Amino acid sequence: MIVRCLAELGVEVMFGYPGGAVLPIYDAIFKQNKIRHILTRHEQGAVHAAEGYARSTGRVGVVLVTSGPGATNSVTGLADALMDSIPLVCLTGQVPTHMIGNDAFQEADTVGITRPCTKHNYLVKSVEDLPRIIHEAFYIAGAGRPGPVVIDLPKDVVMAEGDYQEGAYTNDSGHRSYRPRTEPDNGAVDAAMELIVNAERPIFYSGGGVINSGPAASTALTNFVRETGYPITNTLMGLGAYPASDPQFLGMVGMHGTYEANMAMAECDVMIALGARFDDRVTGRLSDFSKGSKKIQVDIDPSSVNKNVPVDISIIGDVGTVIDAMAAKLPNKSGGKSDALQAWWQQVESWRKRDCLRFKQQGDIIKPQYALQRLYELTRERDVYFTTEVGQHQMWAAQFLKFEEPNRWMTSGGLGTMGYGFPAAMGVQVAHPESLVINVAGEASLMMNIQELSSMMQHRLPVKTIILNNEYMGMVRQWQELFHGGRYSESYMDSLPDFVKLAESFGANGIRISKPEEVDDAIRTMIETPGPFIADILIDKTENVYPMIPGGAAHYEMKLGPDHGELEEKAEDGMVLV
Amino acid sequence: MTETIERHTISVLVDNEPGVLARVIGLFSGRGYNIESLTVAEVESGAALSRINLVTSGPRMIIEQIKAQLDRLVPVHQVSDLTEEGPHIERELALIKVVGSGEARVESLRIADIFRAHVVDSESDSFVFEMTGKPGKVNAFIRLMEPLGLTEVSRTGVVALLRGKKSI
Repeated sequence: MIVRCLAELGVEVMFGYPGGAVLPIYDAIFKQNKIRHILTRHEQGAVHAAEGYARSTGRVGVVLVTSGPGATNSVTGLADALMDSIPLVCLTGQVPTHMIGNDAFQEADTVGITRPCTKHNYLVKSVEDLPRIIHEAFYIAGAGRPGPVVIDLPKDVVMAEGDYQEGAYTNDSGHRSYRPRTEPDNGAVDAAMELIVNAERPIFYSGGGVINSGPAASTALTNFVRETGYPITNTLMGLGAYPASDPQFLGMVGMHGTYEANMAMAECDVMIALGARFDDRVTGRLSDFSKGSKKIQVDIDPSSVNKNVPVDISIIGDVGTVIDAMAAKLPNKSGGKSDALQAWWQQVESWRKRDCLRFKQQGDIIKPQYALQRLYELTRERDVYFTTEVGQHQMWAAQFLKFEEPNRWMTSGGLGTMGYGFPAAMGVQVAHPESLVINVAGEASLMMNIQELSSMMQHRLPVKTIILNNEYMGMVRQWQELFHGGRYSESYMDSLPDFVKLAESFGANGIRISKPEEVDDAIRTMIETPGPFIADILIDKTENVYPMIPGGAAHYEMKLGPDHGELEEKAEDGMVLV
Repeated sequence: MTETIERHTISVLVDNEPGVLARVIGLFSGRGYNIESLTVAEVESGAALSRINLVTSGPRMIIEQIKAQLDRLVPVHQVSDLTEEGPHIERELALIKVVGSGEARVESLRIADIFRAHVVDSESDSFVFEMTGKPGKVNAFIRLMEPLGLTEVSRTGVVALLRGKKSI
């Protein structure tokens, strides 16, 4: 019944790991061929894979795990999906209802454990409720601000005979209590447009909400922003919503975003936040965040508004719908840019001239930025998807890979889960079997879910992994260098495996390089070799990610890299202007 | 930004289903909000709805955040901030045990009479009073009972309704 129900909901793939409590479901999977099951090697991998699948397709990702440890292992993935608003439905096995609470074998209070890390969860008590709950769960996972939903399934409920009528369950009438607002308030849109049209130093700041709204929202955003001629920055989660090659794009905002994006956020007079939630990595010290600006925030989740930063105008609704409504009210512009806007662009360009991402590739050691720049150049013409793990390599990837369209960039933003990228790439590859899928990894993160290489081999998923290997937990090392007197406590990755041999032991291929002139060939080999591939690139161990808003600093107090003459920087425009 | 602490009484209509109270309490503990008082009971058995009345305090922005977070919970039908919506009645029921004899015992009865508290249990050396009223009135009564042999208090927490014909 569960499998039929999922099939009716259009599920084509699920990621999972069997166990005692879900054996009847696995038996049903065995007897059908509508839904493909991807067996992972760890439940966390299954959830991240479903996240990758969901994020790259816009569909709901589906996970099936067993009770007890199966459910607890999935918790990190669920928390990750909640933070990054990824629609998932996770089916967990549970001991039979009469044994719940008795400390039965492989029993865990899954509903209790997952309550704070899911959008909603269910314990199904009777087989009659099952189809309604499954349909409802899919609706809730995808509606409004998306998120993970857990359905806990006691074994007796799963085994009970039930009557499932295809077509009997629809969510057309909506949920009885959960009805997120998607249509914006007209008055608020008018007020926002008044501010936007008359802005002298405007900036668009768009986030993951635009991606979640669907590709149409990204197109609408791009057209709208071009129409206004205003600068735009994206959050880490929002990369790809606006084409990175467009001159109006200032790059990523935030702790390791570009200097020009952060300065423009600090100095603007009107900030238009679209599907972005003023995360602490974006705002820096809250009391000094963009003090002189009027702020407009568009979000589908009312709890995202006025949470960290008070805004002047809030519009609750689907960001794509709101952008359409705004665009419809944009007056036809006569002539070119206004004087004020021209002056603002001059200012922005002067910040951009600082060339904050500048680095020097010299000598025999590979700079991570160089490796990523080459990776971008050698893949830009291809149909490519990128995932990342978490840490320095993630920030460099965000800075140096350029995205022209949404759903091509999968990274763990909110929770910052090391070990996300490798299984997520697997999920992306399942959804896009013909595309090139590359996981940009650090060696430390990759070790957290390396077991999924086995799943990739089994299911013939040719995921490519590029390790920026500095033999350190690089971001930990960077903070220890900057804030803990260079005491590198436990951040050195001792006893690393030989990643090439490791790949080979799974039946995959790999290559290790340490010289700049080898980078291009290594990347080409990686792309051209069939099957999963690990390119282990030994990079400069001491390289840090710049620019940087140090923890606790204001967002205009960015530190540029050592190549920029850090000390005089503070006396220059950065400080003078604010 | 004003950081004055406001006290708000919020009524929440929820599906009467297992776990819903845990969701509400988990929200408050997980996000570090205050709960001064919380009551819950089924109010519409036909529609299987329960009403949670809670009293919380915090700066304006936090109060707004609490309401938005509550409203986001899937089984929540409606969140009403009674403090904002207009005049409303708040009542609390308390059981108060006073042990003593002689003049103190007589005095406790006299004060109970003033506060319209009823004696619901009486033995030769103890009373249990029942009283309803605003939390402030209950507090005042308890304070007066302290020197007269107060030993135990049990309170329900606040229930509240809007005044007049308006309902949430």
